[in-house]
Amino acid sequence: MSRIWAGAIVISVVFGSLNGQFESTGAASLAGAGAAVDFVLSTGALICLWCGVLEIMRRSGIMDALSRALSRPLGKLFPRAARNKETFAALCANVSANFLGLGNAATPMGIKAAQGMARQGKPGAASAELCLLVVINTASIQLLPTTVAAVRAANGAAAPFDILPAVWLSSATSVMAGILAAKLFEALSRK
Amino acid sequence: MSAAASLIPAAIIALAALYGVIKGVDVFEAMTEGVMDGLRVVLKIFPSLVALLTAVYMLRASGALDALITLLEPLLSLLGIPPETGTLMLLRPISGSGALAVAGDLIAEHGADSIVGRTAAVMLGSTETTFYVIAVYFAAAGVKKTRYAVPAALCADLTGFIVSSWCVSRLWGGL
Repeated sequence: MSRIWAGAIVISVVFGSLNGQFESTGAASLAGAGAAVDFVLSTGALICLWCGVLEIMRRSGIMDALSRALSRPLGKLFPRAARNKETFAALCANVSANFLGLGNAATPMGIKAAQGMARQGKPGAASAELCLLVVINTASIQLLPTTVAAVRAANGAAAPFDILPAVWLSSATSVMAGILAAKLFEALSRK
Repeated sequence: MSAAASLIPAAIIALAALYGVIKGVDVFEAMTEGVMDGLRVVLKIFPSLVALLTAVYMLRASGALDALITLLEPLLSLLGIPPETGTLMLLRPISGSGALAVAGDLIAEHGADSIVGRTAAVMLGSTETTFYVIAVYFAAAGVKKTRYAVPAALCADLTGFIVSSWCVSRLWGGL
């Protein structure tokens, strides 16, 4: 990340000089920080609001109910992890927290599931199910993309949540593509 | 759809509050503690937002961003992706706050209800910070050989980007 950031700044100055954009590049270097403050004041406040609502949902037991509902399809996808009760509970909690967009709850549960899966497999190398867990976690499967909605609302969207069907469809396809790719690579690596 | 859709956020909050009260949860306390969590998240991303938005603004003003977009345009338009979102796609798997900064900038510049703004929003909402997740999970599990996890996750990201663009152009392209 350091290289990308430093590179971007150096490239801007070099490019700006070559383009003759001295003034606007110079002004831009001081405008970004202000934009970050604007962003935090408008969008940040809405992120806080949604974190509050999600906490209400978590405490009302919505996450546990979702976890139970997900246990059957997840058992099919992760037959080995399903044999260990603790690992499997962490896995279900991880996926349902992802569904609700509870990043703070999803990561510790996912790590617990990953550690359990690592104990089941060969030490040091990722098992097929561990790869699958990571792939599912890298493809967002959020039902309510609250951060995005907050950014849209702060920028005057008529209905910040009207992108929901598009987000669901592309999340679902990308998770599916990830699972298929993982299965395909697994089959290829066995040959 | 739009008139009813504007009520969605309010309806979600109302439903959550009602369900919480029925379940005997102290909803006000839960709400305020959740907001505190959110504040921590915002505080945590603020330093990188200052750094990254400075870089994004400089890249845009210098014309380097336009040059990159022109370079990527043939490939992206072939896939049906708005070329303006190219930088977002490159940054999305690497940095969560960087992607948030770029997407926020695209949405502010092109408008929240524009095609580019909507595509950026859907892309941001339907993908994750792939390399961060991979690093955290494999480090926690003590695994060094990640095997095919990186290519498989990137396949998922690319699919997400293409489908995002396709959905937005199908649903709102006529406007």
